[in-house]
Order: sequence, then structure tokens, then C-alpha cells
Amino acid sequence: MRKMEKQLHKISKEQEYNEYVKKKVPKPNYLKNSIWAFFVGGMICTIAQFILNTFQDFGISKTDSNTITVIIMVFLGAFLTGLGIYDKIGKRAGAGSIVPITGFANSIVSPAMEFKREGYVFGVGSKMFSLAGPVLVYGFGSSVAIGLLYFFLSK
Amino acid sequence: MEYIKAFIVGGIICVIGQLLMDSTKLTPAHVLVTFVTSGAILTALGIYEPIVKFGGTGATIPLPGFGYSLAKGAIDSVKKAGLLGAFTGGIESTAGGVAAAIVFGYLMAVIFNPKSKK
Repeated sequence: MRKMEKQLHKISKEQEYNEYVKKKVPKPNYLKNSIWAFFVGGMICTIAQFILNTFQDFGISKTDSNTITVIIMVFLGAFLTGLGIYDKIGKRAGAGSIVPITGFANSIVSPAMEFKREGYVFGVGSKMFSLAGPVLVYGFGSSVAIGLLYFFLSK
Repeated sequence: MEYIKAFIVGGIICVIGQLLMDSTKLTPAHVLVTFVTSGAILTALGIYEPIVKFGGTGATIPLPGFGYSLAKGAIDSVKKAGLLGAFTGGIESTAGGVAAAIVFGYLMAVIFNPKSKK
């Protein structure tokens, strides 16, 4: 009889604890996060559009202007990460700063800077790709797969 | 008008990423990989091209746009060079961005030091 009481007591304690944990774990504020992501992500794309239009106004072809725009955006992302500004934006913007190509540059510079003391080969050289590596593997992988599929299906 | 379109399309793509991160246990790395791959697949299916036509940099600057140039480059090269194009096309069309990311990424990491976290 007493054993059962003890067990019951234990179970109710566990439940209490689980409820307590549930309450304490912060719930993401979906609306606020989405609004931040929308504005910062949109802003970055608008800046890129301005750069693209400027180069096209100079009479540079569309493909080349696109490439130049990407290069400049990558530079800005890397530079602002070096200055420590990009991560400050990222704290609020979340995906708004991660998803644009500037976030790709950020994902290269941050770990490379962090692990500099491990040397220029194993520190900077390899840690650069801790996040960019998977992106390139799956990106190039799917590109080749799509090319092969297109080749054999269009025969 | 071009700017508003870029703002809205770019914003929406980032919101999709944010909702993925908030509602699932996906890390930023997973979101980036998913976005590049789905950008490439959507391009192959002919769905992403109209989005690029409409949104301009709003569609090309977020990472699905990276997948878009990869897939588009591969398909265009296969049309011109045949089988070899499948291997060269995607990487050629994104070479500028990738080389810039590596060079600028390396330089910035060497020049700057991480800011102390407060």
C-alpha cells in the first residue's frame, strides 16, 4: 500500500516537472521573427537590385551584371562579418540574414575567424567550409544530377 | 516597381526559411542546404524561372537563386556541349560567386578577429 503511494507521488512529481520545463522553454515568436526576416531579407535583395540596375545602366550584359552583383554582395557580407556588424543584424533578422547570399559569406568568415588560432591550413582553410561545404556539395551535386537527367531525357 | 518586387519576393523567401527554422528543429545549415537543392530542382521543373523573371534579385540573391544558376548553367551547357556540360555548366555559371566567397572569406578571416561576445 505504502509502495503504491510512493509511486503515485513519484509520477505526479514527474508530471509537474515536465509541465514546468514546458513552461520555461521559450516559444519562438513566429510573427515577430517573420516580420524581421521579411524586412531584412527584403532590404538585402533591394540593395542587390540597385547594384544590378547600376551596372546594367552602364551597358554591361545581364549575365555579367548578375555575376558582379553576387560578387559585391558576397564582399559586403564578408566585410560586415569581419567588422562584427553582420552578426548583430543576424541576432534579430534570423533567416533574413542567413538565406541571402550575404549569409553564405557570413557562414564562411565566422568559423574561419573563430578558429584562426588553429593555424592557416586546419584553422582558417578548413573551418571556412564547415557550413559552406555542405551547401557546395549538395548544390554542385544536384547541378550535375540535373544536367545528366536533362541529357538523357532530352535524347 | 522593380525594387518593390525584389523586396517582396526576397522577403517571402526569407520568411519561409524563418518559419522552417522556428517550427522544426532544422539548423541554419539544414535550411541552406534545403534551399539550394530545392532552388535547383524547382529550376529544372521550370517553376523558378518565372519567379526570377518577376522578382529579379529578390529571387537570385537568396540561396535558392544559387541553386537556380547551378541548374540553369548545367541545362544550358548540356544543350551546347552535350554530356560534358552536365559537369561544367553549373560550376561555370556560379564560379564568380564561389571564387569571391572563398577569396573574400579568407581575406576577411585573416584581417579581422572575432569580436568578444558580451
